[in-house]
Amino acid sequence: MDLGAINPILLIASIMVSATPILLAAIGEMVVEKSGVLNLGVEGMMITGAVVAFAVAVNTGSPLLGFAAGAVGAAALSLSFGILTQLLMSNQVATGLGLTLVGLGLSSLIGKPYEGVKAPSLPRLDIPVLSDLPVVGRMLFSHDIMVYLSLLLVVAVWAFLKFTRAGLILRAVGESHDSAHALGYKVVRVRLLAILFGGACAGLGGAYLSLVRVPQWTEGITAGAGWIALAIVVFASWRAGRVAVGAYLFGGITVLQLNLQAAGAQVPVALLSASPYVITILVLVIISARGMHGAPASLGRSFHASN
Amino acid sequence: MKRRTLLASVALAASLGTAAFAQDDPTKACFVYVGPIGDGGWTYQHHQGALAVKEAYGDKVEIAYQESVPEGADAERVLTQMALSGCDIIFTTSFGYMDATNAVAAKFPDIKFEHATGYKREHPNVSTYNARFYEGRAVVGHIAGKMTKTNKIGYIASFPIPEVIMGINSYFHHAKMANPDVELVVTWAYTWFDPAKEADAARAMLDQGVDVITAHTDSTAPLAEIAKENGNAWGFGQASDMAAFTTNDDGTPGPRITSIIDEWSPYYVKRVGALMDGTYEQVDSWAGMPEGEVVIGPMNDAIPEDVKAEAQAMIDAITSGEYHPFTGPINKQDGSAWLAEGETADDGTLLGMDFYIEGITGEIPQ
Repeated sequence: MDLGAINPILLIASIMVSATPILLAAIGEMVVEKSGVLNLGVEGMMITGAVVAFAVAVNTGSPLLGFAAGAVGAAALSLSFGILTQLLMSNQVATGLGLTLVGLGLSSLIGKPYEGVKAPSLPRLDIPVLSDLPVVGRMLFSHDIMVYLSLLLVVAVWAFLKFTRAGLILRAVGESHDSAHALGYKVVRVRLLAILFGGACAGLGGAYLSLVRVPQWTEGITAGAGWIALAIVVFASWRAGRVAVGAYLFGGITVLQLNLQAAGAQVPVALLSASPYVITILVLVIISARGMHGAPASLGRSFHASN
Repeated sequence: MKRRTLLASVALAASLGTAAFAQDDPTKACFVYVGPIGDGGWTYQHHQGALAVKEAYGDKVEIAYQESVPEGADAERVLTQMALSGCDIIFTTSFGYMDATNAVAAKFPDIKFEHATGYKREHPNVSTYNARFYEGRAVVGHIAGKMTKTNKIGYIASFPIPEVIMGINSYFHHAKMANPDVELVVTWAYTWFDPAKEADAARAMLDQGVDVITAHTDSTAPLAEIAKENGNAWGFGQASDMAAFTTNDDGTPGPRITSIIDEWSPYYVKRVGALMDGTYEQVDSWAGMPEGEVVIGPMNDAIPEDVKAEAQAMIDAITSGEYHPFTGPINKQDGSAWLAEGETADDGTLLGMDFYIEGITGEIPQ
């Protein structure tokens, strides 16, 4: 074994890239769930965001426009979920699963002409002074803008939920929609906005996959990342900071196990491959054993003013 | 007349009707694909083969196919459907269709079944076919040995099955002959298709100084990752040519310096032709470069001229049958003798290959 071959600077840099798509999708889904809606369509929204972003970036030559379009496209898809579940009172679990299926099919339809096409690349930021610092410069300060945006988003969501009135209303709607309604808050409107935000975040996560992490379009590019994002929300017991920890832990273990393999570590490969999932399950078990669920009380329940 | 008897006689009449018209009907060749045609690799190439059949025989054949058929119970349903819809020959193009193919073949003895990469031929109407991908690995292995500057080359492996191990051994053996200092890094992705994971695997190896990578997975993601090295690392197209990666973003040649292409067209054209002229027989086909089933794609200018010439010489030698990629002396990983000087590996050993050759570090996952 030659662990010296693993360069910690490059390792951390690639962990940050690897964790970003699931972090974006998970933080969006956390807000949705905080408002009391369970949207299982993250995978479908992510892949729709991925294909829309790729198509727009290729046609306009601008990756940033691509990201914006990916967010809008996925948000539009999530709106269909919002209308079905909030206005037409359909079952959230079934509709969410349907959304995933629709997203997968729609994306392969839109993506047909873009197979094998190269995307314009998103440049790494060159932050004066910081990027030139030894070690940390390469490790932390020479990523593309989306990596920093995703971390900023985590802080923003945390601050929004903790310190703002709107955040309090959103949490109130998620905990008890009847009480919130009795107090005069527009439950359906709050939830629709949360769903749109979750869709946009999932779209950004998907866009990061197709424009930066893989950079190309292939059918099924997300390969289950949306489901991981859903698991991370539970793993994080619906707290923004822990979502970031979960996403980095998951991304970190995935990258680390590949690096260990490449360095020739004498650990069974099958075990290394399974390790991100094993650790996720372990943490979930520990969390439930300690009884700290933190799930919003109205999660997944339909609301209608007449009830 | 009872309704059931009525239905039965209608069905009988219908089948007699088809039989009577059968001679005028075009031959119907059907294909079952495991992925989307747009995967740019494995399934795409099988579909190219299907189109070649249409091209070769025009109106005399009819083509039908179904994409993304899951391996397992669904495959049996799809195959039965195809058999009932008048297919004369059905190609099932993934290993996981093996049992379904044999099960459906038992029910339709007049329809020919062709299963790719499998080994079960339980009925006289089931044939199997495969390609000698290790011949292509030999050529890219030689190029990898010559191209590497860090003396570290990589292999993104999918699953520890004989076909993949054969590829790893062939790649390393020829890299080592081209460059005795070369070291091989194998990373197991445990997937055929997961672009993000394939990209991560390529990234892990690049970060550790590997500068030539070949992949045994289906997507183009490893090439996209290698492209980020701006001409300091190289890779190969896998299953399909992947020509989109022939030049880097800055215009320099690479990251795809050549490719191993699965060319199923000659086999498909031959088999459908044999069915039409009545010479069709059950076979167990394992063809390679001589038959044109394994093709090395265009080599680009990142490869020096002398290396191109050597690679071409190896292609010619394999094609003419002069050279077998597994020609002794080759020892197993533990140092025990496998092939003596001049001895070539037999197909049985290759198809069950479960050992690394000497010089590869690490173990095959169990």
